[in-house]
Amino acid sequence: MSIILDESSRIVVQGITGKEGQFHTTQMVEYGTKVVAGVTPGKEGQKVKGIPVFNSVQKAIENEGANVSILFVPPPYAADGIMESAAAGVAWIICITEGIPIQDLIKVKAFLKDTHSKLIGPNSPGVISPGKSKAGIMPGYIHKEGTIGIMSRSGTLTYEAVDQIVEEGYGQSTAIGIGGDPIIGTSYKELLDYFEKDNQTEAVFMIGEIGGNAEEEAALWAKKHFSKPLVAFIAGQTAPPAKRMGHAGAIISNGKGKASDKIKCLQEAGICVVNNPAIMGKTLHEVLNQRR
Amino acid sequence: MKIHEYQAKLLFQDYHIPIPRGNIAQTPEEARSVAETLGGDTFVVKAQILAGGRGQAGGVRIVHTPEEVAKTAQDLLGKTLITSQTSSSGEKIQTVLIEEGIKIQKEFYASILTDRSAEKNALMVSTEGGMDIEKIASTLPEKILIEHIHPATGILPFQKRKIASLLRLSKQETQEVGELFDALYLLFTELDASLVEINPLVLTKKASFLALDAKITFDDNALYRHQELLSFRDIQSLDESERIAREAGLSYIPLDGNVGCMVNGAGLAMATMDIIKYYGGNPANFLDIGGGARVETIAKGIQILVSDPKIKAILINIFGGIVRCDRVALGIIEALKSVDVHIPLVIRLKGTNSKEAASLLEKSSLSFILADTLSEAAKKAVAAAKT
Repeated sequence: MSIILDESSRIVVQGITGKEGQFHTTQMVEYGTKVVAGVTPGKEGQKVKGIPVFNSVQKAIENEGANVSILFVPPPYAADGIMESAAAGVAWIICITEGIPIQDLIKVKAFLKDTHSKLIGPNSPGVISPGKSKAGIMPGYIHKEGTIGIMSRSGTLTYEAVDQIVEEGYGQSTAIGIGGDPIIGTSYKELLDYFEKDNQTEAVFMIGEIGGNAEEEAALWAKKHFSKPLVAFIAGQTAPPAKRMGHAGAIISNGKGKASDKIKCLQEAGICVVNNPAIMGKTLHEVLNQRR
Repeated sequence: MKIHEYQAKLLFQDYHIPIPRGNIAQTPEEARSVAETLGGDTFVVKAQILAGGRGQAGGVRIVHTPEEVAKTAQDLLGKTLITSQTSSSGEKIQTVLIEEGIKIQKEFYASILTDRSAEKNALMVSTEGGMDIEKIASTLPEKILIEHIHPATGILPFQKRKIASLLRLSKQETQEVGELFDALYLLFTELDASLVEINPLVLTKKASFLALDAKITFDDNALYRHQELLSFRDIQSLDESERIAREAGLSYIPLDGNVGCMVNGAGLAMATMDIIKYYGGNPANFLDIGGGARVETIAKGIQILVSDPKIKAILINIFGGIVRCDRVALGIIEALKSVDVHIPLVIRLKGTNSKEAASLLEKSSLSFILADTLSEAAKKAVAAAKT
């Protein structure tokens, strides 16, 4: 069945008339995604690749039945765009934008509590349910439809993992970039709950990194509630303290968020942690083989 | 972005947060004249660097005459201060702050910060002022109060009463500290700070609150809406390579190893560093040229790496997704025309059009080592750095 996205997902692209928005809309449509509308305030009536542009998300829903939004909106306007989508009642909001101020995200998180919308990202490569729908900037063709759920805080490292997993003969149910920022929408822990209930998903691969404690929270939850195999890799074992490693959220602050602590916590929760990123796919295969 | 104590205190003044009288100096003569203007019989001379732990490292000194102030300034200015929070090479002191001595009744700790796991801002107070708050948190947790602040309400009266109760304040003092926290929170949210810290916050013998120290860190993502803060940026503390990287929009962090690496994407860049270590090498840096791996950034990245004399081999690891590997290969070939690389170069291009990329590289007259898998690339780079 996959999670978040499937064949019935009707996507509205916020920021569709911008350079990134146009480019990735084309890519998503070529993949087979149902991109039904775009939103750029003040540009209603225009079309991008034949897709109608509206002034508001509300209108995109009313006219085209959009139920998932993806944002390619510049940082100063992105928080507003997310909250607009949530107020309009979109089920999933996927925010690609990198560089949103953290105070804006604190407001967004408080705002979302009063809505039914779920946020993925920001600073995310997006979501793909291979063979069904892609709402993101990842290369579609490296993916394959299958049974492995993937969740990650990064982009290209996820592609690397997908590539290795496909090499071992497995496809993905859904692959999600949860976002590299310190405050994000949906956590690993929440996604594990979706994967637990998804009958297409047989196992989950989690790609974590230094900073925060989202991986630990997921591990503690998984120990009690997750029945499927869970394999993980944590990036940043060689990262120095107090330096931001590219992602705004990838930072060891005051000794917290170290890779070694995360690995220890995951292992104590019974999760198989890969220590060499070159064998992410191989290790997943071994874990699944042992179970059979 | 971190700023200096004296800069933070200028902002405190804007928000009516009381600070000691004082001024900065960049020469001993200036320091003497600041002290003479201040008057009194006690002065504090404070080294201005962007890291904490100054007191224990000898960067904060109490003296009693303008002559001693000048002598202390002479002693500190131009010196490198190494504290528990600086790198091993320390930070150069270019400015000192001279303040009047304050007669202290009590010392507290006060801060507002973003608590990423709670996804809210939080205020933090402690009865143990002037100490390392991390240490207090681990040894005396009952002496710390942490209150999360709802973005819609700000700091509420009951939260201020909790602060007063922990700090055992009188009614008048409770009122004052409440106003001080409101001001701190206003500064924090209006200027998009990620940390505002006063350690110590003191109650003077005259029974008023004073921010004896001031530390502010700003959210880099929000600097676009605070042009006024950019003048505080201390570019002099960056080295040449870090400056080039910042201008090119690259994320670059130099480390101590000898295997340089250049990667597209932060997660893959960290994983590449990790695998270099896994195969017995030591990464020389973190360098993320962005997921899209643009040609201009590739050239800048190579330039940064070859200018580091510690680096004995370079590993370029690119996962081409939307950006095609053949384009990246052309970028590398183009970049190598303008930069002289005299050390082994291991290249791994994976993803879209990687075969075309390999043949382009092989046809070029450049010398490099090709690798297909991540482990092969790391092993080859580690071996190359050892020879």
